[in-house]
Amino acid sequence: MTKTWNNKAWFMVLPVVILVAFSALLPLMTVVNYSIQDTFGNNQFFFAGFEWFEEIMTSSRFHDALGRQFLFSTIILAIEVPLGIFIAMNLPSKGWKSSLCLVLISLPLLIPLNVVGTIWQIFGRADIGLLGASIAALGLDYNYTQNAVDAWITIIVMDVWHWTSLVALLCFAGLQSIPEAYYQAARIDGASKWATFRYIQLPKMHGVLLIAVLLRFMDSFMIYTEPFVLTGGGPGNSTTFLSIDLVKMAIGQFDLGPAAAFSLIYFLIILLMSFIFYTVMNSLDKKEG
Amino acid sequence: MAEIHLKGLAHSYDPNASEEGHYALKQIDHVWEDGKAYALLGASGCGKSTLLNIISGLLHPSKGQVLFDGVDVTNLPTEERHIAQVFQFPVVYDTMSVYDNLAFPLRNRGHDEATIKERVLNIAEILEMTDVLNKKARGLTADAKQKISLGRGLVRENVAAILFDEPLTVIDPHLKWLLRMQLKSLHLRLKRTMIYVTHDQTEALTFADKVVVMHDGYVVQIGTPEELFDKPQHTFVGYFIGSPGMNFIDAKITGSQAVIAGETVELAASYEIKDSDKVELGIRPEFVTLSAAPSAGSFKVSVKRIEDIGRHKIVHVDFNGNDVSAIVPENVAITDDFTNMVFDQSRINIYSNDWLVEGGLSHD
Repeated sequence: MTKTWNNKAWFMVLPVVILVAFSALLPLMTVVNYSIQDTFGNNQFFFAGFEWFEEIMTSSRFHDALGRQFLFSTIILAIEVPLGIFIAMNLPSKGWKSSLCLVLISLPLLIPLNVVGTIWQIFGRADIGLLGASIAALGLDYNYTQNAVDAWITIIVMDVWHWTSLVALLCFAGLQSIPEAYYQAARIDGASKWATFRYIQLPKMHGVLLIAVLLRFMDSFMIYTEPFVLTGGGPGNSTTFLSIDLVKMAIGQFDLGPAAAFSLIYFLIILLMSFIFYTVMNSLDKKEG
Repeated sequence: MAEIHLKGLAHSYDPNASEEGHYALKQIDHVWEDGKAYALLGASGCGKSTLLNIISGLLHPSKGQVLFDGVDVTNLPTEERHIAQVFQFPVVYDTMSVYDNLAFPLRNRGHDEATIKERVLNIAEILEMTDVLNKKARGLTADAKQKISLGRGLVRENVAAILFDEPLTVIDPHLKWLLRMQLKSLHLRLKRTMIYVTHDQTEALTFADKVVVMHDGYVVQIGTPEELFDKPQHTFVGYFIGSPGMNFIDAKITGSQAVIAGETVELAASYEIKDSDKVELGIRPEFVTLSAAPSAGSFKVSVKRIEDIGRHKIVHVDFNGNDVSAIVPENVAITDDFTNMVFDQSRINIYSNDWLVEGGLSHD
């Protein structure tokens, strides 16, 4: 019996293909197009090969921004993941108190990014901000517009305030899915609080933690709006993260070629890092389980 | 190992309970003898699991005391009560190997690795799990996981009792039988006190030396499977044990005569019962005989429905408006002219307000 080919099915896939082509593939190809060409105006373009990539890869400006970016994401993950787990474990698990706490901790997630930046911009000001003025009143020298360390601390605290709830909510969902019998069995087996956490709660949270780490890594690695509103990348270049640097290059200086090459490298780094996180966390799980 | 004594136990999930109806457990006084296998049988929601959780200390009773070998442990937390418990859904520590799972309770209690190894290997052999010791517990089947749960109880040498909370619920039917047999032989070998909660009478009757039947927060009868079958102390036991359950017919008793559905039955004993009580006559379907020809003391009935379940037939008949079931051997062909029913006189039980009444000597 010969196989009948039914090509009608391809028409079903077509809408999605067109949608993805216009929303993702074409814009990406435009960027690729810019990244390998050069222009001296007049809408005339010349092929430039990998020149822009070489330029970006060897520029200390990019290296510095990349270093700052990695440092930032590392600090953010190191604080938000354990803190989120800790909060999730201490939330009331049932009843109206639980609902109330969930709503309250979710509030920061609902605030638009530039509003978050504005809130902390004012909140942290040493002259009129509640936080800034209070610290100044304690006699500490705090000014995020002039001191790079202060600027970093402010951005990190802001991000922790803004996003820890996400990790907490995900972990809370993971914890809620653990049947009561596991805790009862742990008590009968004489497990300590730590052992219960290590051998019951943490393994059961593995799936949601993977999502939380990936989301927080990608988001913090792409952070733009909040530091842009809060510090504008300063003082100096101390809080100029990759996105801020990229926008400066593309819009401020209109260096389309290097900016396009920059974008592609940036994109590939995020892709690579997410892949590494995913693989490592999954193999960790396999090795344990 | 220990004898477990429950004294005046009552429990309500509502801390402000005042009426009796608020209590899940109403009044339990019971001694679980050392080394025996008990089944705690009852319908869902009758308080079995509550009772079990009180013994293991996962719940604190509203009233009463729990004594292990005469020592009051009511206020001791679970981890200090030498109790093991196997739950309805298998609990294993996913990330650990089978060996580590079995070693977990011992490690938590600070035993040295040499002792742990010896005991784990010993228990693994009893449970026939030696070949999977190095496997991760997560990948195993439900019955193997349940064995691990049990094993975590068995490795602890000073366990007073092992409690089972409907442990075979999620096990495949063909493995249930096997696991139950293993459990039974394990009990014979290790002589640990075991309390097994179930709502499956077959499970209870095959596993236990003694079956404790609970109903609506009370223990209504404690007895061997035979006692539960022959002399149910309460209509619930009659109805719950047996397939189908005991037939109950409203009756009026005077001396050694009962009037049921307008007909008179001669009883083997005489009874003294107040007129105000709700009186019922109970007879198991096994002791109801149907025939085509009338005989001495037979009643007129009409056949309503026949269920053929292979090894015998269950025949439902209408007896002046009462539904009565009878068990008939497979080789008897039941036709519509089987209109005569006889009760085995010695097997009739009389119940007053749901409780069994013992008869005196017949005066005739």
